[in-house]
Amino acid sequence: MAQTTLLGSTGKKERITAEVLAEKQQSISISEFFTKNRHLLGFDNPRKALLTTVREAVDNALDACGEMKVLPEVRVIIDEISTDKYKVTVEDNGPGIVRQQIPNIFAKLLYGSKFHRLRQSRGAQGIGISAAALYGQLTTGKPIKIISKIDPKAKAHYYELHLNTKTNEPEIMKDEEREWENKDHGTKLQIELEGKYQQGKLSVDEFLQLTAIANPEASIIYKAPGAEAIEFARASQEIPKETKEIQPHPYGVELGTLMRMLKESKASSVQGFLQQDFCRVSASVAKEICEKAGIEERTKPHAIAREEVEKIFNAIKQTKIMAPPTDCLSPIGEEQLLKGLKKEITAEFYAAVTRSPVVYRGFPFQIECAIAFGGDLPKDELARVIRYANKVPLQHQPGACALTRSIIQTAWKNYGISQSKGTLPAGPLVISVHIASVWVPFTSESKEAVASYPDIIKEVRLALQDTGRKLALYIRKNIRAREQQERIGLFEKYIPELAASLAILTGEKKSDIEEELLKILKKELKGLLVEVKEAEKTEIIGENVAYGEKQKEIDNE
Amino acid sequence: MSKEEQKKVLKDLGSKIVHQIKKGKNPEIVFPLRNLSNIVYDQKSKTLKLGNKTGTRSFFNVAHSKKFLQTIEVASVIKDKLLESGKHSSLRDVFYMVKKTIPGTKVNLVDDQTESDKAIEDLEVMTSLSREQMHVNANKNGSIAGKVIIVDKGDTIDWSKLGSGGWAIPSNVEEITFKNVDAKYVLYMEKAAVWERLNEDKYWLKNDAIIIASQGQTTRGIRRLLQRLYEEHHLPIYVLCDGDIYGAYIYSVIKYGSIALAHASERLTIPGVKYVGITMDDIEKYDLKKHFITLDEKDYARIKQVAAYDWFKDNKEWQRQFKMMKEFKAKVEIQALSARGISFISEEYLPQKIKNKEFLD
Repeated sequence: MAQTTLLGSTGKKERITAEVLAEKQQSISISEFFTKNRHLLGFDNPRKALLTTVREAVDNALDACGEMKVLPEVRVIIDEISTDKYKVTVEDNGPGIVRQQIPNIFAKLLYGSKFHRLRQSRGAQGIGISAAALYGQLTTGKPIKIISKIDPKAKAHYYELHLNTKTNEPEIMKDEEREWENKDHGTKLQIELEGKYQQGKLSVDEFLQLTAIANPEASIIYKAPGAEAIEFARASQEIPKETKEIQPHPYGVELGTLMRMLKESKASSVQGFLQQDFCRVSASVAKEICEKAGIEERTKPHAIAREEVEKIFNAIKQTKIMAPPTDCLSPIGEEQLLKGLKKEITAEFYAAVTRSPVVYRGFPFQIECAIAFGGDLPKDELARVIRYANKVPLQHQPGACALTRSIIQTAWKNYGISQSKGTLPAGPLVISVHIASVWVPFTSESKEAVASYPDIIKEVRLALQDTGRKLALYIRKNIRAREQQERIGLFEKYIPELAASLAILTGEKKSDIEEELLKILKKELKGLLVEVKEAEKTEIIGENVAYGEKQKEIDNE
Repeated sequence: MSKEEQKKVLKDLGSKIVHQIKKGKNPEIVFPLRNLSNIVYDQKSKTLKLGNKTGTRSFFNVAHSKKFLQTIEVASVIKDKLLESGKHSSLRDVFYMVKKTIPGTKVNLVDDQTESDKAIEDLEVMTSLSREQMHVNANKNGSIAGKVIIVDKGDTIDWSKLGSGGWAIPSNVEEITFKNVDAKYVLYMEKAAVWERLNEDKYWLKNDAIIIASQGQTTRGIRRLLQRLYEEHHLPIYVLCDGDIYGAYIYSVIKYGSIALAHASERLTIPGVKYVGITMDDIEKYDLKKHFITLDEKDYARIKQVAAYDWFKDNKEWQRQFKMMKEFKAKVEIQALSARGISFISEEYLPQKIKNKEFLD
């Protein structure tokens, strides 16, 4: 109906035009939509398409293992079929997928349990594996192949699927039971696609390494085209805390969402709706909201008019509501952060900080940060920045990302690291930052950069400052010991100079003064060397600095 | 103090150290601290002075050894190269005289001039010899004009016959002698451009005055010259600055002394100096509001700081000025007076104010 008003003021003709238009709109096929919007979905070019495909599959694999609480074993194989065609195979040891669900998950766009729920998960960041399957289908004509096993005693299911680009429904090409030897449970999928394999920045190699850092409990075996298989070994036996699903908090809901929720609610009254469909809304809070909005609390949710929704929306803003629970988040954890970083990056010193969760506009989020310093890291380059959102590496658009901005805004000079104005710090330094949230605010649909909300910037900065202080401590101690040592050596060189000057001033013999000074040096040396020893003792070269103490909420600077 | 006495002061400093060394002690030097915590405003003499806090620097201490060496090296250079020969040199020259790489190392005895400058200041507070007495000069700075004849290094100079440039004031004015001084007062201003205005208008001739300007802060040479005119010739000294907190501070440095040179206050401060303008009251009186420059955060912070200094704290007149600055939320430059006519300052503003004795103390 809204369209009619948009197209014209009154009259039948406009109405017909609108209907014709609507019909046309329907006939735009999904494949057309996909082709037109491939940049939004991560398939802008062949190289990125390959990365996105691997990424979607690996994210799903890790999420599946997480839900089953098994230590993930993920295999990724990329085979080159021709110069621009590749076959991606990803296998996990997750719970497997029940047979009936397989076609919908892999061959229907926007299907899946993760889309509408508020829960910290990797997969919520992509358009989904079905988009990768569709991309493969559109570029090679080949179906996605899936084999999944849910029980060691049962047989596995094997599917080959196409996506009907007109109806967005799966087309089953093959559906059979198969033996899957030596496998208790898990899923393996295979997609052929047009792509381009390249090493270096923004590559699949980089993605998997970064994934290994943030998920030290995972073992990832990876075979790139024309290379030997390598393993990103498991560095931790600890399965991350399970994430919990939470209901939306009233402060985080937008007007449009509120309208939709009211329409879809199963509650019989507005008060019931507020209580049941949101978290932290008690009967009295619900009543208060209704009162402030001037709405009878027994009104049926779907009978609420648009203007009244707005009143409810404003009433929510004016009502004091307890912050949402934060136990729904699963940070990587300081110890795990250190383990992950240590196994993939060789450095002298590591430090990590996990901050306490905080709430921004009804959404809980949590910031973590870890650094590696010194050793073989390049000394004359800008620091390497690794960004994660819900344990998934963000490789694109670093400049637009709040996480990068916070790093630039932090005064690294205070911590003994050089930094030009408005740039990243420079030196043998790797900085990794992770934001965990049920709803990560991205700058755009491509979900490549975190939006610069002040609270996020602030939390990241506090985390960076904390690790920075640890780093400064290390640098100071280290450099102090080195400098002390050098300066003691200098005394011997200074003595002739001092003796010469004093001889000029006083007329005494230079050699006499020099001799006496050397005697004093011998006497003083013991004490000075003790000083150096003390400085060295406090060094922590190559040790895991698991400064595990949690940040106190109070350290607001 | 004679040349020989000056040399002896430096020699004694060296002898004390050699004495310690011969006794097998880690040699050390003790000197008064020169930071703000050790500056005292002496109510009686109305000058800033160094307090009693001292610091110790010892040679066999990794943090001190280089500074220790720098201080002694500079002392020996001053005694040996300057005092012995009777020649003077600049701060920059001293830097080059001590600059060298210590044999067998990559260490420079001094890396930049601030280090040798500091060593000279340290020697000043340790020995109570002034920089001038050590034959070290800063760059000349400022201009002067008036009906005065002096003798400097054997040359007779008439300050009334130096054209548009005036006489450039050397950093060391100890050795000039006044032959004839024909003036009723001295007018010091912080701006060279205002001095040029007054010089062109022959203000000094028409008003029997000596006019002095610096470029930027008031140097030691100018402060000492003002003091000599005040003490030896009993001339009143009037100060003309911008109507802002920085002008007030420039005035207070001449009157009470500065934090950086508190150890030299006796030879530099002039308790009887008066402030002629620009005052906050001038703004109303001469209708200068349209030439306001808005204050920024730094200005407000400085007002707060200066108003709390001991030497301003109980001065009601100045506290009223500070209050007005904050109320106006603005400052005004001396040159704003030019809006009333190019020679308004020399023909009306200054003669009027000085005649009516409209001064701040």
